[in-house]
Amino acid sequence: MDGLHDLGGKQGFGPVRYSPNAAVFHAPWEQRVNALYGLAVKLGIFNMDEYRHAIERMAPRHYLAAGYYERTLTSLATLCVEKGVVTLAELEQLAQGGFPLALPSAPGRSNQAMRERFVPGDRVTVRTDLVAGHVRMPAYIRGKHGVVVSASPAYPFPDAHAHGVAAVDEPTYDVRFEALELWPEAAEPAGVYVAVFQSYLNRRSDQAR
Amino acid sequence: MIISHTPAPASTATLAQRAAAIEAALEQRGLNPAEHIEAQAHLIDEQWLPENGARVVARAWTDAAFRQRLLTNGRDAVAEFGIQMPKHHRHLVALENTARLHNVICCTLCSCTAFTVIGLPPDWYKDLEYRARVVRQSRTVLKEMGLVLAPDVEIRVWDTTADTRYMVLPERPAGTEGWSEAQLASLVTRDGMIGVAAI
Repeated sequence: MDGLHDLGGKQGFGPVRYSPNAAVFHAPWEQRVNALYGLAVKLGIFNMDEYRHAIERMAPRHYLAAGYYERTLTSLATLCVEKGVVTLAELEQLAQGGFPLALPSAPGRSNQAMRERFVPGDRVTVRTDLVAGHVRMPAYIRGKHGVVVSASPAYPFPDAHAHGVAAVDEPTYDVRFEALELWPEAAEPAGVYVAVFQSYLNRRSDQAR
Repeated sequence: MIISHTPAPASTATLAQRAAAIEAALEQRGLNPAEHIEAQAHLIDEQWLPENGARVVARAWTDAAFRQRLLTNGRDAVAEFGIQMPKHHRHLVALENTARLHNVICCTLCSCTAFTVIGLPPDWYKDLEYRARVVRQSRTVLKEMGLVLAPDVEIRVWDTTADTRYMVLPERPAGTEGWSEAQLASLVTRDGMIGVAAI
């Protein structure tokens, strides 16, 4: 989905609030929530793609205002309610107040029927798919050209895995894009490497160099 | 099942209350959340430490054959140190910095890292600013964070959009000839293995 979580290249943000040796957690409940979502994954209540997608489904104003572990908490609670582990009424009673959850999911999709194997050096173009459900293709590479630099083992296809849709595992390719081609005349020069699922890629049709 | 998606009422519970509520609900279902929380706290404090990656980097600086194994198959190479990666992290790619090449990792879509190797991600890595800007304004962002790179150094930004994980293999600092692996490892930081700090 073209959600607000898809932040790569968005403008208007100020400096990174950086400090060396910065903390991971800032309150005791954050570590507890981080452990609880890990427990839920371990118990098979939901998988990592469902977890990521439930974060993406948070209402935009909620997502932007929430810290990282509030997003974890909201995803965990949303999926526990959707999977029937607990009801929202019970959570709100236990919390003694409102418990905002993420919004409902759109349908997922399976692998692309036509998928090619690539090897390092292959020139590729990212498909221009618009996907309402979960997708791990950042919008900033949609339709862009890149060069494959390496291949990974096969992984569950997130667009399906986040939705309980049947699919086969497929490799991801680390693809090099040029920042100046992703944002022409509006970026600093750099190679931007993105791990792109096979279903998101076509072989580049014009092989001219 | 009816799920309310209306805006949160004014009486929204605090984050600590909401966290305690989901923990209590899991406890009532006999899923032993407290036990798991305790176990994970130990993993965070004792096992998922940047010192893991630091040992890997120091070995790569001193042992050319190991460095090659790390660059070829990072997951197998870190396993030589007993460092486990979660099952869903099926691949670890080590990114070698040189005098002319600087690598930096990020996750624009969420906040993925090789946390069992370089430690859990720090707060700023998960913030909107880093995720939005580092892919597009890498040199400026690094400079703002205190890492000034010469104009002729190529920057490579790695966006962790799948379950392959990355770690930066920093350059060995000058003047460390003859240092032991342990001495070298003490120089290596989490932020250096993310690629935002010099070693």
